[in-house]
Amino acid sequence: MIGWIITAVIVLIVLVFIIAYNRFIVLRNRIDNAWAQIDVQLKRRYDLIPNLVETVKGYAKHEKKVFEEVTKARSALMGATSLGDKAKANNQLTATLKSLFAVAENYPKLEANENFKMLQEELAGTESKIAYARQAYNDSVLSYNNSTEMFPGSVIAGMFSFKQREFFKTEGEETKPIKVDFGDTQK
Amino acid sequence: MSNAFDEVATNKWKSYLLMFVFTLIIIFIGYVFGRVWGNNDPSIVITFMVLAFIIAIIMALVSYYAGDKAALSISRAQPANRQDHAHYINTVEGLALAAQIPTPQIYVLPDDSINAFATGRDPKHASIAVTRGALAKLNRTELEGVVAHEMGHVRNYDMRLMTITVILVGLIALLSNFFLRSMIFGGGRSNEDRGGGGGIFIIVGLVLAILAPIIAELIKLAISRKREFAADAEGAILSRNPEALANALKKIKKDSLETKVATNATAHMYFTSPFKKGFWSNMFSTHPPIDERIKRLEAM
Repeated sequence: MIGWIITAVIVLIVLVFIIAYNRFIVLRNRIDNAWAQIDVQLKRRYDLIPNLVETVKGYAKHEKKVFEEVTKARSALMGATSLGDKAKANNQLTATLKSLFAVAENYPKLEANENFKMLQEELAGTESKIAYARQAYNDSVLSYNNSTEMFPGSVIAGMFSFKQREFFKTEGEETKPIKVDFGDTQK
Repeated sequence: MSNAFDEVATNKWKSYLLMFVFTLIIIFIGYVFGRVWGNNDPSIVITFMVLAFIIAIIMALVSYYAGDKAALSISRAQPANRQDHAHYINTVEGLALAAQIPTPQIYVLPDDSINAFATGRDPKHASIAVTRGALAKLNRTELEGVVAHEMGHVRNYDMRLMTITVILVGLIALLSNFFLRSMIFGGGRSNEDRGGGGGIFIIVGLVLAILAPIIAELIKLAISRKREFAADAEGAILSRNPEALANALKKIKKDSLETKVATNATAHMYFTSPFKKGFWSNMFSTHPPIDERIKRLEAM
């Protein structure tokens, strides 16, 4: 009789281990996937920017400073490797793009240009998607970190070295509930 | 935002509880009807239950696989295109990223009211549709809120839940129908065999046959309302902006148009009740009252 009970307990413990371990794998892969999604959107924005800069230059050649800032921030983002650096560089690029669109408001002919309008919408969409992808990334990190900290997950996490992951932080943007939006919001 | 997460969880378990009650009702009905028909012979009861179940399964499979296409074509949904609907498409794609589900198919409904619906059996086979009135009258963040609400439905498998619920309601209606007809046409079976208990079961059975479909419908509507609250909360979580969703609802309140492309069969799927007028008291409505939805959102 005792023998059966011990066997049952052992089987139960092994099952718990397997389920917990697999859950960690799922949550961790979700984080990696979410990160890949951020990268996809960052790349899309990277590709859109040269076209935008050229279009704006066509109407506002003299605004050299803002073009330089955008180009510099863009290179910085591509050069960034660690998560912290990427987060900082991303925020920087968003800020320079905002300046660029603010400058564009002084040139009504530019604002009316179809290509510019299309790029504006695409970039706004991409900025939103970066924000959403970041959100998904942070949500995944939260689930994962919670699991590694709560009992009994913490025990298993320790055994198999599932470590906590970093959040993709924003600076200053934390206080704003509304997403970055270059277009008109009045309706 | 903890309120939003709690809202989702609360409404989810309430809807499961209602499903459980539903199942108990079906079992009880089966038992009572079986006693009346079956002369306490279990094989007849079982045969009837199995038959009804098979019909239900067939109905379920048809609506499961073809239901979303049917809903879309009844509502005359048109696929969205990047030329005219760039912002709308970007919004849906972005929110799908946040929800970590594949991007649903995107449609526009040819209707000037402000409304939306989502359909599809699981996130991999989902569609979202929004009226052209919504695209014209809502601003960017409000549209985001509405799309986020629909995305919440997709992520929570709400359409699947409602399909199952509708099937269960149909099952109860079928069983009740059978029973009433059998009482009218069959008279009774040999009453002598029943013993004292038989008479009561006939009466209980008749009462059930009349009331059960109504109760089933009320339960289905209650489940639908809970899921709407949950989707509002999910939308708030996904868009990180409950106020935008509340503002969209306020605009809808002021807008007097009914959603003409909706029918009675598709009404429960929409963002807000497509019918403005009517004596629908709260119990009979597929959607919670707009004021209550706004109140809960503003509290988040």
